[in-house]
Amino acid sequence: MSRPVQYNPKVKFEGIPDGYMGEGFMATNLEKVVSLARKNSIWPLPFATSCCGIEFMATMGSHYDLARFGSERVSFSPRQCDLLMVMGTIAKKMAPIVKQVYLQMAEPRWVLAMGACACSGGIFDSYPVLQGIDQIIPVDVYVPGCPPRPEAVLDGFMKVQDLVNAEGLRRRYSDQYKDLLSGYGIQ
Amino acid sequence: MALDNNTIKEKLTQKFGDQLLSWQEPYGMLTFTAPKDLNLKVLQFLFDEDDMKFRFLTDLQAVHYPDSIGAELAVVYHLHNLVDNVRIRFKVFTDINKPDVFSATAIYQAANWMERETYDFYGVNFLGHPNLIRILNVDEMDYFPMRKEFPLEEQTRVDKDDEMFGR
Repeated sequence: MSRPVQYNPKVKFEGIPDGYMGEGFMATNLEKVVSLARKNSIWPLPFATSCCGIEFMATMGSHYDLARFGSERVSFSPRQCDLLMVMGTIAKKMAPIVKQVYLQMAEPRWVLAMGACACSGGIFDSYPVLQGIDQIIPVDVYVPGCPPRPEAVLDGFMKVQDLVNAEGLRRRYSDQYKDLLSGYGIQ
Repeated sequence: MALDNNTIKEKLTQKFGDQLLSWQEPYGMLTFTAPKDLNLKVLQFLFDEDDMKFRFLTDLQAVHYPDSIGAELAVVYHLHNLVDNVRIRFKVFTDINKPDVFSATAIYQAANWMERETYDFYGVNFLGHPNLIRILNVDEMDYFPMRKEFPLEEQTRVDKDDEMFGR
C-alpha cells in the first residue's frame, strides 16, 4: 500500500498579463512584463540592528520562507539590491551609515522599515536615537510591531511587491520623485 | 594574609593623612573621597605598593549632583586587586564650571576609552588625555547629555504631544 502523499493544493501562480496571444507569440505592454519580473525577484538587503533582525531570520527560515516571493537571494552588497529592509533601532550615529547604504543602491530601490524603532524611534524616545528612519531616507512600507511577527514582515513584503508591480517605468524620472529625493538632500 | 579594608584604610591614611575623607563601606566595598589634585597620586600609590596591587581599573565614570554647588561633578574610580580579589572605589569632586581632572591614562591604559566616555556624557575635561573626543555620541553633539539639566527625551519631535505622552 502506497503512502498517502500530501501536497499543497492552494499554489498561487502569477497571472499572465493582459495582451494579445497567438500560437507561439504574445504581445503585451513592456511595463507589465518588467513589473512582473521585478516584483517576483526583489533582492533584499537586510540592515538588521536588533531584535527585529531575529524575527527577520525567522522570516528567512524554512517555516515562513521569504524565498517563496523570489527573495531567497539576500545580499549584503547594496549595489545588487532592490529593497533595503531596515530592522531595528537606528542610533543617530548609525544614521549616516544607513543613508550611505541607501545611496549606494541603484535605482529603482525601495525601503521597508520594520518594527516600531525603525518606523518612529519606538520606545526609545531619547536623545541618541533617530526618531524613525524616514528622517533620513524615504520609506515605502512601514511594518508596525515590537517586533513584528514574521507574518507581518511577509505582509509588508507583499505590500512592497504591490508597489513594485504598480510602479510605472518612468516614475523615477518624474519631477515629483526628484523633489522627494532632494527633500532628503539626495541628488 | 589577605588584604582587608582596614589595612587599606590604614596604609592610605598613613600616606595621605587627613586629605582622604568620607570613608564608607557600603556592602563591604571600601569607598572614600580624595581631593581632585591628588587623584593620580592615590592611583599610583594603590597601583605600585607591593601589598596593594590595585592594577585593574574596573570602571571609571562620573555622577552629576546639581545641588552641591562647587562640587557638582564626581568622578568615580573602581579598582580591583586581582591577587587578593579586593575591590575599592574612590571619588573626586570637581566644579562644573571648571571640570578639569587629571587623566589616569598614564597609569591605566583602560582609562583611555572610559575617560572619553565620561567626557562624552558629562563633559569632564581630563587633562593629559591623548585623544579626548566623543566616543559614543555623534560628533556634532554640542552638549553633555547626562548632565541633569538636559532632558532625556528627544527634543526634535513634534508629533508627540506632551500632555498625551507624559513628557
